[in-house]
Amino acid sequence: MSESLNGKGLALVPKAEGKQTLKDFKSDQEVRWCPGCGDYAILAAVQSFMPELGIKRENTVFVSGIGCSSRFPYYMNTYGFHSIHGRAPAIATGLAASRPDLSVWVITGDGDALSIGGNHLIHALRRNVNLNILLFNNRIYGLTKGQYSPTSEVGKITKSTPMGSLDKPFNPISLAVGAEAGFVARTIDSDRKHLHSVLREAAAHRGTSLVEIYQNCNIFNDNAFEDLKDPEKRDVITLRLEHGQPIANATQAVRLAPTGGLEVVARDSISPEEILVHDVHNPDPSLAFALSRLDEPAFQHVPIGIFRSVDRPSYDHLMSEQLEMAVAQRGPGDLDELLQGGDTWKIN
Amino acid sequence: MTKQVQQLDRVIIRFAGDSGDGMQLTGDRFTAETASFGNDLSTLPNFPAEIRAPAGTLPGVSSFQLHFADHDILTPGDAPNVLVAMNPAALKANLSDLPRGADIIANADEFTKRNLQKVGYDVNPLEDESLAEWRLHSVPLTSLTVKALEEFDISKKDAERAKNMFALGLLSWLYGRPVEATIKFIETKFAKKPAIAKSNVAAFNAGYNYGETTEAFSVSYEIKPAPLSAGVYRNISGNQALALGLVAASVQSKLPLFLGSYPITPASDILHELSKHKRFGIRTFQAEDEIAGVGAALGAAFGGALGVTTTSGPGVALKAETVGLAVTTELPLIVVDVQRAGPSTGMPTKTEQTDLLMALFGRNGESPVPVIAPATPSDCFDAAVEAARIAIKYRTPVMLLSDGYLANGSEPWKVPSQAELPDISVPYTTEPNGDDGTTFLPFKRDAETLARPWAIPGTPGLEHRIGGIEKADGTGNISYDPSNHDLMVRLRQAKIDGIDVPDLEVDDPDGDARVLVLGWGSTYGPIAAAARRVRRGGGKVAQAHLRHLNPFPKNIGEVLKSYDKVLLPEINLGQLALLLRAKFLVDIISYNRVRGLPFKAEELAGVIQEVIDSE
Repeated sequence: MSESLNGKGLALVPKAEGKQTLKDFKSDQEVRWCPGCGDYAILAAVQSFMPELGIKRENTVFVSGIGCSSRFPYYMNTYGFHSIHGRAPAIATGLAASRPDLSVWVITGDGDALSIGGNHLIHALRRNVNLNILLFNNRIYGLTKGQYSPTSEVGKITKSTPMGSLDKPFNPISLAVGAEAGFVARTIDSDRKHLHSVLREAAAHRGTSLVEIYQNCNIFNDNAFEDLKDPEKRDVITLRLEHGQPIANATQAVRLAPTGGLEVVARDSISPEEILVHDVHNPDPSLAFALSRLDEPAFQHVPIGIFRSVDRPSYDHLMSEQLEMAVAQRGPGDLDELLQGGDTWKIN
Repeated sequence: MTKQVQQLDRVIIRFAGDSGDGMQLTGDRFTAETASFGNDLSTLPNFPAEIRAPAGTLPGVSSFQLHFADHDILTPGDAPNVLVAMNPAALKANLSDLPRGADIIANADEFTKRNLQKVGYDVNPLEDESLAEWRLHSVPLTSLTVKALEEFDISKKDAERAKNMFALGLLSWLYGRPVEATIKFIETKFAKKPAIAKSNVAAFNAGYNYGETTEAFSVSYEIKPAPLSAGVYRNISGNQALALGLVAASVQSKLPLFLGSYPITPASDILHELSKHKRFGIRTFQAEDEIAGVGAALGAAFGGALGVTTTSGPGVALKAETVGLAVTTELPLIVVDVQRAGPSTGMPTKTEQTDLLMALFGRNGESPVPVIAPATPSDCFDAAVEAARIAIKYRTPVMLLSDGYLANGSEPWKVPSQAELPDISVPYTTEPNGDDGTTFLPFKRDAETLARPWAIPGTPGLEHRIGGIEKADGTGNISYDPSNHDLMVRLRQAKIDGIDVPDLEVDDPDGDARVLVLGWGSTYGPIAAAARRVRRGGGKVAQAHLRHLNPFPKNIGEVLKSYDKVLLPEINLGQLALLLRAKFLVDIISYNRVRGLPFKAEELAGVIQEVIDSE
């Protein structure tokens, strides 16, 4: 049964013999990001996290597109495929759908995933192949040297928009929830502990997981997420999402709004019962979507954590089941029988 | 009443009607009857891209041409001997192709004032003398069908719809076709609607009996079976053969097949066919777009599958970047392009050979790709196996150029047994290949084939990273070194240039022809039929047909230079001619027509003769 794999994203991946360490996952390649780039912190976090999964290193694959973040696979001592701009989810889909014994990770950025590769991303999310997509969001184009990205704020002054960008950005979480992704989370490059906790849940989820990672580009868009790192501000504006817990911090709290959405109010202005309790497993994506909209206005209150974790059968598993069913019903394929099928006649 | 039976050696029938009249089905069934009777045959469906164009109009006409004979034939025929016209539009659209003296069987019921006006007939052509140069059989097919089905509990509309089965019955009588299989076919097709099944069988029988008993047709015809070599045969279309070839390639390579595809005319039937064969472990993936189709196939190839994507020209344009990625990562991949009339959307249901240069050169950078083109519908099977052989052995994407004519046309196919098929398996790399015995060099090449190792995820100790950025020879590390890039560009080219391709064979019965007619892909039938005609008339012509367009057979330059004149008919503006002129400095004589239709044998025979006469 498809359901039996729910919550077991790695159930079909062979387990490692013996203990692995961070060192096992470091490749011999020199890391070539700009000094101070947020990608270093994410790489270190992922390398230190992978041993925890206890799966065979050779059954782990990192697939990426194009952009600064997409160099990531070269630095992991696993199998890796640095592909072309925007197409990593498509390539990873073929790989994961034909090899359920692999743990497949897609590394992508805001331009790669949401601009040139937007179509593949939304279809991967709705299709639910067993993939983990890590979307490094720095809200700028880095590799092409500083043009605005599909997550840049309106009015962004860049080389290609000297009078300010005109188009409204995507909210990656809203987009993913809108595509009814089973697992949607947000974390931040500077908080390794939180990053680990989210990766852990993403890997355990069977199906497509999307993890947005706020990542600082110190060259072209420095301090884009500074408010979330500033010790004085961060606790005031961050809303940690934890399953079964009220969505609130010391000063702010989330409750149902009369408009049908959610609103953030002063914590001491409402009774504790009014505070929305987070349910990551709610099959209705409406509240997860409403939570994703709390970003506006920017950095007044930012939900961080797992927005949604809802199980449904993964595409690769359903595909394998159809193959097994076909064999169960009519036996394994016989080439001679196939070729000589249909209306044949014999000439002696 | 005993009727006269006349012997014929071959017949060309064209069924034509509205696109809702079931002409393709009627043609398919007549073909199946003809195949099981043992004639050689060749078919040409011709239909509009619109699923249901406005009824009764010229753009809505759909036709199916079948050529069958008591000897081996090569084409669906130039001009029909018999036209079945289900309405005035079908008559008008096809009349110009009909030679004097041909038979016309017209459905008189549809020649109403309104239908005549729709296509610009002021006077009913069945009633004036305008069709005097043909043998006209005006038959009220619709009303005869409705009358025959009076006792059935079906609507008048359903009864009228069965008129194509009445026509099929009539033609089956006229040419002495076996009917059992068609009756069985109808019963199976409408198994869930017994009343419809029974009425269609009754309509079919009524048509047959109408021919036998009425005086409208005084003669029936006999076309003896063709003396084909011993074996099991089936009638097969190019798309079907290609799909079965891919299944066979999967079995013979011992690799699971992964098809990533996006629906597109005229390639979709390959996706449909392969999706039926899950018992062979075949995964078919209908992607969100053409790019995802090839991307998923390439991802599966990285994982060790036989990755395939199927499309037509517009799809190849979209896939170009991913094919380039496959070139540089050196992974096996099959890209099937069922060519259609372009540019852009062009004429989706019409055939062309206009994607050759795109297949060869339609990517950025020096990006060599082997190209293979099947010659006939059944040859699509062998071409698919050959494409897979090259892709796997050399770790490269391969372009397979079929076209609309091959895809939908059909012919009898002598079914091979699995034992006759080549073993095309190549083992994955499982051990380190470095001199120290522990390191793995993903770009260390096989000395003979220049292929790099294919080490798939799950293989311990061979973890490595590939990608679109230039890689250092051997280690596969990212490299911007100028000399390394020059070396890698040349190595990738040398690998493709060195692919083992069989020599080009020349057919020259007398051995003293001074004119060579060369072709590639689906023009084989018309060119070979034309060469036969010329030879029957005493002309001397040699014929050669290219299956491998990259790399070319090693002897091609020699072949081209050993004739005074080389004629090259192509359904494009001279794409292969351009290549051959550039590569071999031979003054190729091109003959080009780009009408969305295959060449006619008679037309090409005239062209060949002209070249001979100009000697």
